[in-house]
Order: sequence, then C-alpha cells, then structure tokens
Amino acid sequence: MITVCRLEDLPMGESVRIDTTPPIAVFNADGELYAVDDTCTHQDASLSEGWLEGCLVECPLHAASFDLRTGKPTCLPARRPVRTHRVSVEDGVVHVHLTIEEGTAA
Amino acid sequence: MRTVTVVGASLSGVYAARELRAQGFDGRLVIVGEEPHHPYDRPPLSKDFLTGKADEEQLALTDSEEVAELDAEWLLGVRARGLDARGRTVLLGDGRTVSTDGVVIATGASARRLPGDALTGVHTLRTLDDARALRDELSDGPRRVVVIGGGFIGAETASSCTALGHDVTVVEAAPLPLVPQLGPEMAAVCATLHRRGGAALVTGTGVARLHAGAGAGGVTGATRVTGVGGVTGVELSDGRLLPADTVIVGIGATPNTGWLAGSTLGLHDGVLCDDGCATGLPQVVAVGDVARVGGRRVEHWTSATEQPRVAVRNLLAGRTVEPVRSVPYFWSDQYGARIQFAGRRNDGDTVRVTEGALAEGGFLAVYERDGRATAVLSVDRPRPFMRARRALMRTASEAEPAVP
Repeated sequence: MITVCRLEDLPMGESVRIDTTPPIAVFNADGELYAVDDTCTHQDASLSEGWLEGCLVECPLHAASFDLRTGKPTCLPARRPVRTHRVSVEDGVVHVHLTIEEGTAA
Repeated sequence: MRTVTVVGASLSGVYAARELRAQGFDGRLVIVGEEPHHPYDRPPLSKDFLTGKADEEQLALTDSEEVAELDAEWLLGVRARGLDARGRTVLLGDGRTVSTDGVVIATGASARRLPGDALTGVHTLRTLDDARALRDELSDGPRRVVVIGGGFIGAETASSCTALGHDVTVVEAAPLPLVPQLGPEMAAVCATLHRRGGAALVTGTGVARLHAGAGAGGVTGATRVTGVGGVTGVELSDGRLLPADTVIVGIGATPNTGWLAGSTLGLHDGVLCDDGCATGLPQVVAVGDVARVGGRRVEHWTSATEQPRVAVRNLLAGRTVEPVRSVPYFWSDQYGARIQFAGRRNDGDTVRVTEGALAEGGFLAVYERDGRATAVLSVDRPRPFMRARRALMRTASEAEPAVP
C-alpha cells in the first residue's frame, strides 16, 4: 500500500504521479479516484499529464486514450492496456494498493 | 468497389487499411510495401531505438490479431513502379500487376541524400534498415559523429549520439536551425538545447564535400560501397574540416512520387489532392507524407494518422464529402527535453511565453496574430500545451472550412 496524498490535495479533474517503479498516476475523475500505471503503453509519455474527461484519460503525446476503470485503450495508437490499481481513502488520506504484475510470484 | 490497393505499408498505409475495414469495405484489400518489414513506427528510430531503449518488437504498428482482422493480401518487399492512366492497375517492380477498383497512395517520402554519400560511415535515418546500420556502427565504441542538418531528425539523432557517449557536431546551413518551423525567437531557444546536451552546433555554413580515407572503414552492418574507404571528415563551405568517423545526413525528405510519373495524376512536391485527399482520379486518394492536400504537404506523424479516415470516406463515397480538418501537431524529444508544437505559425506572428521561463525548466509559448492564437510551442510543459492545443482545435472547428 502506498500513501499518495490528502484527498483535498487531489481535487476533481486533477491527477498526481507517484515516483514508484514503474510510476503510477492517480486521478480524481469527477469524484471517483483511479490509479493506473503512469507510462502510456504506446510510447514514453506520462498519463498523469494527460487530458482527463469523464473516466477517460488522453495521452499528452499521441492522444491514445485509456478507460481508467479497466485500463483498456479506447483508441489508437495504444493497443495494450495499462495496469489498474485499487485506490482507497482512509481518514482523508489517499492510498494505492498495487496490483501485482501477472506472472510474478507474490 | 471490389478491390482496393493501398500502396505503402507504413503509418498512413496501415491507418488507411484499418479505416477501409472500419468503414465497411469488405472486398479484397491489397497492401503493397517496398520494405520487407511488417509495418513499423518510425519516430522511435532516431530516439529510443538508436539508444537501445526500444527494440524492433516495440516498433510494430500491428499485431497478429489485427493482421488477421484486416484480412489483407500483404505484398511486402516489392515496390510499385507504376499506375495506369485510369488508376485501375498498379504495376509492381517484380513484373506483377494488381487490378484494382480503388487506390490509396501512401508511399511516403525518402531521405534526401548528399552527393558522394555512398561512402562507408555515411548514413541517412529514415528506415529500419538505416537505423539498424547506424545503431551497429555506434555500438563500436566512441566515435566522432558529424550530423549534417539541424532539423528535428538531425537534432534527435545528435541527442541520441551524445547519450551514447559519442563526440557530436551538428552542422546547419542556416544561421539557426528550425527557424521556418519555430520562428527566430524560439528557434534560438531550441538551439541552446544542443549545447546543453553536449553537442557542438556549427551554423551558417554548408557542406562542401565529404572526405574519404584510403583503407576500409572498419564498419560493421553498413550496406555502403566498400573498397573505397570510409568517411574521414566533412569539409564545410567556409573551408573548415570536421574530422568524422560517422556522418549522418538529415537534410529533409522528398515525397515518393517517381513511380507515378506515367500516371495522369498531378504531381508537384507530392501527389496533388483536394482538401479531402482526393486526386484527379475519383477512385484514387493519397495520404501521409506523399500527399499534397489542399495545397500543403506535411510530414507529421499525426497527419499521417488523421488523413486516412477522411481519405477513405471520400474514396468509398466516390467524391469528396468531407475535408480534412486538423491542427498540425508535431513533437520532438532531444537532449532530455520534449518539444511539442501545434498550429500554423506564419512569419510576422508575435510570440510570448505564457508559462514557465525560457532559461530553464520548460515553458509554454503562444504565437499570435491580430490578437488570436495561431500556434503554440511547449518545452516540457505537456499539460498546459494540451489545453492550448485543444483551444486551437476548437477555434479551427468553429472557423470556416479548415485547410489540412
């Protein structure tokens, strides 16, 4: 579990990048919090710097779009999903629960 | 239409093939590609591919699942050498012909060459084979690299070479690189990136000739003329001689229209198209670097991905029912900085920094004319850039018929 920030520091429409390996982006999409791997699966760009609309985020480099609920790309040029992570809020603090990479022994 | 032939199997050709299927074309789809490789993305060639951060697999534009869905006949490793007067037969380099009802011309552009550049150690960077040869050569220990041309390919390649530990000099004939693209003020700012990144920048002088040594160049993987000896230096028009083990020529590209010489299509720095990518023949459209759409030819990745949707719609309709409306966009990664540009800058536009500072840490600059934004440039400011780019797109869609 990773502590991200206080909820009031992540207002609606905003996002924050956590410097984990790989980095993770946490979004406040109209009040719902989502976390996904930050790096676009197409080419090297940070999704936390992307354009948030509803629960879709558009990559700032080539406009690939991902559904934050599933991590799946909704348009080209991305063809592979980003990993999603569970987000919780406890006592006003946002936490991310890392999804263990498939195929790794956990 | 029973058969559509896409000539060109790179970015815009692949997007056109996708659009044909997405828009309901269920006939025979033939894709002709001059290179033997399956479609790949070119932008990483000068960046992550050259530095070894990305491998060939990561360049792939399609996967096996998509190839199966496209259900196309791929004729790879063969070039088109002609199109008949009615645009109904594509002649191939190996003597075969493809009878077709519709044609999408997506043959792209080729790197411009320098006289005498067949020497060992002299490279262009456009294709995967180019990049493989250069990458092999650069992995052989520190070299003196001279990059001819300070445009985006030149700058990115120079940046990759410095990252690999080579001694790099960039030669630009103009007083400053990228002035046509960015205007003098911002071009001056971007020129400082070279020095910041550890490359020398020589401007205001052209190249007189390349010098060659007597022996073999000691080069691996290059497909250059052998027996002549490798390149040893670049002589500038002001008389200076820059010693070089590797020379990279990045002086632009020319559209691949030679194969259309015997057709009835209008050719002038590209295939002449209306603003909907339609040529003079109703069942022939052109997209990407080779297409001169509505009087403009652009070599941007994003244009090559945007034009095919409109071109295919017009092809299937048999006439132009929709023009391409887009705001040009390009990006460049060099020396750890990400440059993004959107819009159409014209000489005389004013430019001001609206976020950040020129000196360090990135900035956003807006170009204006008569109080309206015409273009926007960002260095390491992706979020405000995206906002500004979207504002330009909104304005363009509200305005009168956009030019592509």
